[in-house]
Amino acid sequence: MSTPEQVAATRPTGGDEAIGSPRPTRGLRSDALRRLRRNPMAVVGFTLILIFVGVAVFAPWIAPYSPKDNSWLSEVRPGAYPGPSAEHWLGIDPLGRDVFSRLVYGARQSLLIGVVSLAVGATVGVGIGLLAGAFGGWVDTVVMRLVDIMLSVPGLLFAIAIAAMLGQSLTSVMIAIAVVNIPIFARLLRGEMLGQRAADYVLAARSLGISRAGIVFRHVLPNSFTPVIVQGTLTLALAIVEAAGLAFLGLSGSDPSAPEWGRMLTDAQVALTSAPQLALYPGLAIVLAALGFTLLGESLREALDPKLRR
Amino acid sequence: MLRFVFRRLLQLIPILLGLSILLFAWVRALPGGPAQALLGERATPEAVEQIEAQLGLDRPLWEQYVQFLGRAVRLDFGASLQTGQPVIEEMARRFPATIELAIAALLIAVTVGIPLGYLAARRYGTWLDSVLVSASLLGVTVPIFFLAYLLKLVFAVQLGWLPTAGRSDPRARAEHPTGFYVLDGIVTGDPAASWDALTHLILPAVALASIPLAVIVRMTRASVLTVLHEDHVRTAEAKGLLAGTIVRHHVLRNAMLPVTTVIGLQMGVLLAGAVLTETVFAFSGVGKFMADGIVQRDFPTIQGFILVIAVSYVLVNMIVDIVYGLLDPRVRVS
Amino acid sequence: MRVYGRFGRIIALSATAGLLAAAAGCSGSDSTEDGDRKTFVFGASDDPKTLDPAYVSDGESFRVIFQVYETLVALKPGTTEVVPSLATDWTVSDDGLTYTFNLAKGVTFHDGEAFNATAVCYNFDRWYNFKGAQQNGDISYYWQTIFGGFATRDSDSAPESSRYASCEATEDSVATLRLTQPSSALLSGLVLPAFSIASPKAIEEGGTDITVTGDSIAYSGGFGTKVVAGTGPFKFVSWDRGERLILDANENYREGRPQLDQVIFRPIADATARMQALQAGEIDAYEGVAAADIEAVKNVGQVVERPAFNVGYVGMNQKVPLLQNRKIREAIAYALNREGLLKAAYPEGAEVANQFLPPSQWGYNSAITGYSYDPERARQLVAESGETNLTVEFWYPANVSRPYMPNPQAVYESFAADLEKVGFTVVPKTVPWTPDYLQSIQADGKGQLFLLGWSGDYADPDNFVGTFFRETTAQFNLTDPGIQGLLNRALAETDQATRQKQYEEVNQLIFDYIPGVPFVHNRPLLALGKNVVGYQPSPVSLEYFKIVNIEG
Repeated sequence: MSTPEQVAATRPTGGDEAIGSPRPTRGLRSDALRRLRRNPMAVVGFTLILIFVGVAVFAPWIAPYSPKDNSWLSEVRPGAYPGPSAEHWLGIDPLGRDVFSRLVYGARQSLLIGVVSLAVGATVGVGIGLLAGAFGGWVDTVVMRLVDIMLSVPGLLFAIAIAAMLGQSLTSVMIAIAVVNIPIFARLLRGEMLGQRAADYVLAARSLGISRAGIVFRHVLPNSFTPVIVQGTLTLALAIVEAAGLAFLGLSGSDPSAPEWGRMLTDAQVALTSAPQLALYPGLAIVLAALGFTLLGESLREALDPKLRR
Repeated sequence: MLRFVFRRLLQLIPILLGLSILLFAWVRALPGGPAQALLGERATPEAVEQIEAQLGLDRPLWEQYVQFLGRAVRLDFGASLQTGQPVIEEMARRFPATIELAIAALLIAVTVGIPLGYLAARRYGTWLDSVLVSASLLGVTVPIFFLAYLLKLVFAVQLGWLPTAGRSDPRARAEHPTGFYVLDGIVTGDPAASWDALTHLILPAVALASIPLAVIVRMTRASVLTVLHEDHVRTAEAKGLLAGTIVRHHVLRNAMLPVTTVIGLQMGVLLAGAVLTETVFAFSGVGKFMADGIVQRDFPTIQGFILVIAVSYVLVNMIVDIVYGLLDPRVRVS
Repeated sequence: MRVYGRFGRIIALSATAGLLAAAAGCSGSDSTEDGDRKTFVFGASDDPKTLDPAYVSDGESFRVIFQVYETLVALKPGTTEVVPSLATDWTVSDDGLTYTFNLAKGVTFHDGEAFNATAVCYNFDRWYNFKGAQQNGDISYYWQTIFGGFATRDSDSAPESSRYASCEATEDSVATLRLTQPSSALLSGLVLPAFSIASPKAIEEGGTDITVTGDSIAYSGGFGTKVVAGTGPFKFVSWDRGERLILDANENYREGRPQLDQVIFRPIADATARMQALQAGEIDAYEGVAAADIEAVKNVGQVVERPAFNVGYVGMNQKVPLLQNRKIREAIAYALNREGLLKAAYPEGAEVANQFLPPSQWGYNSAITGYSYDPERARQLVAESGETNLTVEFWYPANVSRPYMPNPQAVYESFAADLEKVGFTVVPKTVPWTPDYLQSIQADGKGQLFLLGWSGDYADPDNFVGTFFRETTAQFNLTDPGIQGLLNRALAETDQATRQKQYEEVNQLIFDYIPGVPFVHNRPLLALGKNVVGYQPSPVSLEYFKIVNIEG
């Protein structure tokens, strides 16, 4: 839920890069890529993401069993869950299912939640931000007041409220997380665009008689998009963590048998004393996946910041 | 300055109006509706109807909204459906707990985060930088309830150093005139009670601090880096000023600006985190009460609490902006 | 200077962090209790709603009320046997309409008022004269269950007639209760904490208003929240919501002062957190031990079990066409691996249920056996049923733990997997317990397959099977005249032996019909600290702290 501050993060730096050149970012981008490759944080982050996405995509080939198969129920006793063995690499869960298979399939759900909520949140947010940033004036005022209202409610509470209203399902979790991200993207893009509009090259273009729409779409928007991409990477990470938080509060997909890391972590709290490993696996999975996106996003932000170029 | 404060207060009005409409609409959009929230295990359709009539839920929507608004202005939010006590009393009981927790968490985050962020910036590009940044990012990626459980398992259950739950020792009898337990001990001249409250605060505060800590480390690092590259610092360096003086005089002062903003914005993050931390530690504050309230449709509580939180959020950010203005004269000019 | 000062503050803050870290290192169990006082800390799952006995029906309120107040008749600890309490003995007239209670003498309320027949009748008259919101089915649930209606009928949902006629203080220590119609359940019902006798002076001083303000109902009267006075072994001291509720020993208790000096109720909602609090020695007891935690609790204390006086079942709504097919119902009964689930996820004492009555309740039919786990047979029955669309909604409650179902989600997951194995397509449906789940299942009848259960309020078979099937309820939608007719006859029957036979017979009828599959009679577990002695678990969850002691 710690996203509003990233908005603030861009506040003092936004707007004064790339002055004068009409296509200022190409040089910056290739330069950024080069610096990204040299940054160990970015490499680690990228590797983690690659593993995460790979596991999610190839889950049926990696997992030895179906995640819902409870054939091993008879081997389970309260508080005594069979540990790792040759057949079950990470042991059996309290309801007689293979933990490893559930963990592998869980990657799919987490990726799905992250990507969908990001796509929805960013698209709507960017649209709103575009509206405000492009038109300015009273449109800007109204839109930004709405954004202020949304931001005045703590993100998680907001998400719980939406999920509670929409009912128990994966869709409502994704919508809840997406809605929380809308004002963040809106404010981010609008702030960037305002900064760009005041930049010298825009003033120059305007004095050359280029139309307002032309300026916005050909110059202002592309140049304002960099922070949105950075924010998007970080939002993916946060969405995975937020989904876990919602699961902890009892708001997640309607089918509890469907493997999902946040839910697995929450369910494991019941047996935390007798089988802490059941909480540790999904906990680590969440941390590593989210860390991958965060590391990459942070490195990206840094690489794209012209002030840090030496 | 006064005009600035006044203008910011005026901005509060549309936000509050919009929010009140949103909250009002939200309650009515809930599946089942409010009447069922009042009836427990043995609800019958007749009982639901009867309650709806008693509550005026059968009257036109706008009428209900005007009434709601009229009462909200007088701070009368009705009674909590969870406890049957007036919402305003629940606020008096629970806000001090969460404020105390949030201040402790912020204190930890700032005292640990700023030095670390500064260190990372000074060692920019080295392995220490990478380690510090990655470690602080862990704070954002660990689900906070998981961290809370781990902390509790290790420090409270296994090692027995700290208590597992609550705000004070259940066996102790202490007076709580203010509701801020640490303060209460001092006020009533009972240092043991203050100490007791402090020990109950540590674990939840550390768990809660993990998120703002990460942000503060990154922000401090970024702003110190930016400032280090700025002309006046380069000039100072060129003039041959001692490193220590540069740090104090220019770098940290300018770097504090964005950090101050972040601290203001962290209030919402802390409140959200408190929902999860308070649940794990049975800490009777706002967060837990609201999370339960949302699930149980305790809508008088939700309406009241969210309005108060939104007002304080805007107020805190206003104060932050004022402090920002004090730190940076340029802002006041523009 | 200013800038320097700011930097200095950072150092000061760092020093604070150091202090906090040091505190983490050396605090230990720094309790301010004085060692002489015997304190019993109970880890409750929530605060009571109020300590006005007449307004509540939930377990956490009852637990506290049970220690502070007393009823005319009580239960022998650990049983459902009715024994004397504030009434030392009583007689019932032949027509079953007049109950004469001889009251204990020399008893005083905690506020110093004398306990006598006038006080008893004051309480009965108060309940009978409830008005407006007080007649709400949730607020005066048990009065309505045992006595029916009120002096005036202010709401359409209140029962039309009342069994209560009058209460008269015929002598200072003799209270005469008159009814309008006999009730076989009256004495069993009077043990409920809802019928606690409170000090009339406290009731009047505190006030018992219920206010309806705008959107909500509030217990705005001070009685039960600020002013509390009964005759029980413990008296109310203070209540810090969310933190603790303190009771002190009643020095003048009529049976002698209890062994404990004080009792503290500490609300901790999360069961794992309660267990950890017990491990850390912060609490001495809690209810709802998870089966997985039994060993861990035994390492630091004791686990005691309540007798099984409940039933958990998979209900089948007869409104659903698929479930109207008996072959399908039978197939479901054979498909569910009840034994497997209980072995893996329930404590050892849990029994597989085959009827809706617990074995300890008279009327239980011990001749019934059957519907053992047999997926092959289930598949065969599904094939014979002729049904082609085997999609069915399966409802379970979220965020709740019930005595018969500590973890509903686990029960659902296990049973859903069983059903899918024999060819059903299960659509999960879940909503929070209150208000949605009970509303959806019990009032709106939205359930198809659903998880629910019942914990007995008092020892009468009608409290179980009568509640479910005597009338057509929304949850089952059962309209079988055979079952319903027999249940109605059994309720009106006054001869105990005949009644017992009738209930045994009805259980067979229900078993054959399969309106649902009972799966468990659970023994809810309580955790106690090592040095707690004398705690007597009760089948109806009413446990006396007056016989509890802390040793050593």
